Amino acid sequence: MAFSGKVRAAYQAQLKGIEDAGLFKRERFIHSPQAADIEVEFPAGSSLKKVINMCANNYLGLSSHPDVVAAAHEGLDTRGYGMSSVRFICGTQDIHRELESRVTAFLGTEDTLLFPSCMDANAGVFEAILSKDDVMISDRLVHASLIDGIRLCPAMHDTYKHSDMGHLEEKLQLHSAKRLKVAITDGVFSMDGDTAKLDAMAALCEKYDAMLLVDESHASGFIGKTGRGTHEKCGVVGKIDIITTTFGKALGGASGGCVSGRRELVELCRQRARPYLFSNTIAPVVVSGVLKVMEILSASTERRDKLEKNAAYWRKGLTEAGFVLKEGDTPIVPVMLFNAKLAQDFSLALYEEGIYAMGFFFPVVPQSQARIRTQISAGHEIHHLDRALEAFKKVGKKFDILGRTKQEIIAKYGM
Amino acid sequence: MPIEGLKDIVLNYVTKEYLEDDSEPLTYDTPLISGGIVDSFSMVSLKRFLENKYAISIPDEDATPEAFDSVNKVADLVERFVAKKG
Repeated sequence: MAFSGKVRAAYQAQLKGIEDAGLFKRERFIHSPQAADIEVEFPAGSSLKKVINMCANNYLGLSSHPDVVAAAHEGLDTRGYGMSSVRFICGTQDIHRELESRVTAFLGTEDTLLFPSCMDANAGVFEAILSKDDVMISDRLVHASLIDGIRLCPAMHDTYKHSDMGHLEEKLQLHSAKRLKVAITDGVFSMDGDTAKLDAMAALCEKYDAMLLVDESHASGFIGKTGRGTHEKCGVVGKIDIITTTFGKALGGASGGCVSGRRELVELCRQRARPYLFSNTIAPVVVSGVLKVMEILSASTERRDKLEKNAAYWRKGLTEAGFVLKEGDTPIVPVMLFNAKLAQDFSLALYEEGIYAMGFFFPVVPQSQARIRTQISAGHEIHHLDRALEAFKKVGKKFDILGRTKQEIIAKYGM
Repeated sequence: MPIEGLKDIVLNYVTKEYLEDDSEPLTYDTPLISGGIVDSFSMVSLKRFLENKYAISIPDEDATPEAFDSVNKVADLVERFVAKKG
């Protein structure tokens, strides 16, 4: 037997180490469709509890939208369940190409290639388009999936301080002799909810002849006047060379992602990107759902407008209650608690009050930056937000942090 | 042979390049990579800076996370390659 007692004990020790460090993750089982109101089994084995969900990436409230569900049903009936093949053998249907065209038009790019997830898109894109003679210069807070993609690519990698355009410019100068240069950022940063300065980045990239890659996973569908994303908000549609994004958040929330951008770069991904070449693509049922999402978003900005209003209402309510928030204007609203244990205890106390919001702490966020990350949805109604605000105030009072500054909270609970 | 001011040059560069404004000040022995101050990705800019400044080339096999783990260790590495250059 290869998995001997000794080997098992070594793995058990690793798991115990994770648990002892307070980093052990436990899933909570949801027994209802994804929505503002959900039913949760937590801890495992306990009876179901109705709670308001304040931590989904369901920004547009489309995860369980009846029209999307109906379109997925229809896709299942007309295109079947699975393809049992990668794209380039016999795994491409007409609707895959149709979705790629719709996404291209929506994002204002030249072409698009679907991937099983945005994690896969980010894992595959760099290796497909760069070589060892090139350099990738990334923001220090980019998403883990970009880091993984960067690691898989033989090009040199350097970083610049978060959103620091002066530092990015220094790096572009430092690496000016490289054959190709790519600046890499998230559009909206998922932990802080702040937005990349894409207008400044696009100008720098033009000045130093570098390409610009943006992960729009927390932006596609709702950032910008018509929800095209951060590039729309910053007035640089058409100037981003590569956009990667997901269908697993605002755009229906099921799964799937894509690389969208310059025609030649997308075509190189089709020829070389390993997650595209060696894995089935998005299932027909999901493609059908996302096509409906694209139709809904192209017809009206109603949902992103409601999301914007909800997020402003939520941010104002929390500020007036006396919480310390991360500045920003996206639907990601981090309530800063600084101490890891406080963040966990606060999350549990909220759950008791019927509010589902998760605590985040090191290593997901930097040391002494622990927080409750709240995420607002167009699926929230004002009564949801009011009830959540009441719960936050009650729990905030219990822990005596309302109206307290960062320094006061740290003095009370530690870093 | 020690290079005049080398350690302070490295320390100043690391402080400017990697530290946030409210960070604790560095010493020559502060663990940089194992201490989480410099991630192994970001090491490349320090390497390029030193190579340009001292007109040396540090091969990848010598540019290990261990060799870059403190100002003292970085200074040793640079001195070794400057000496090699003759």
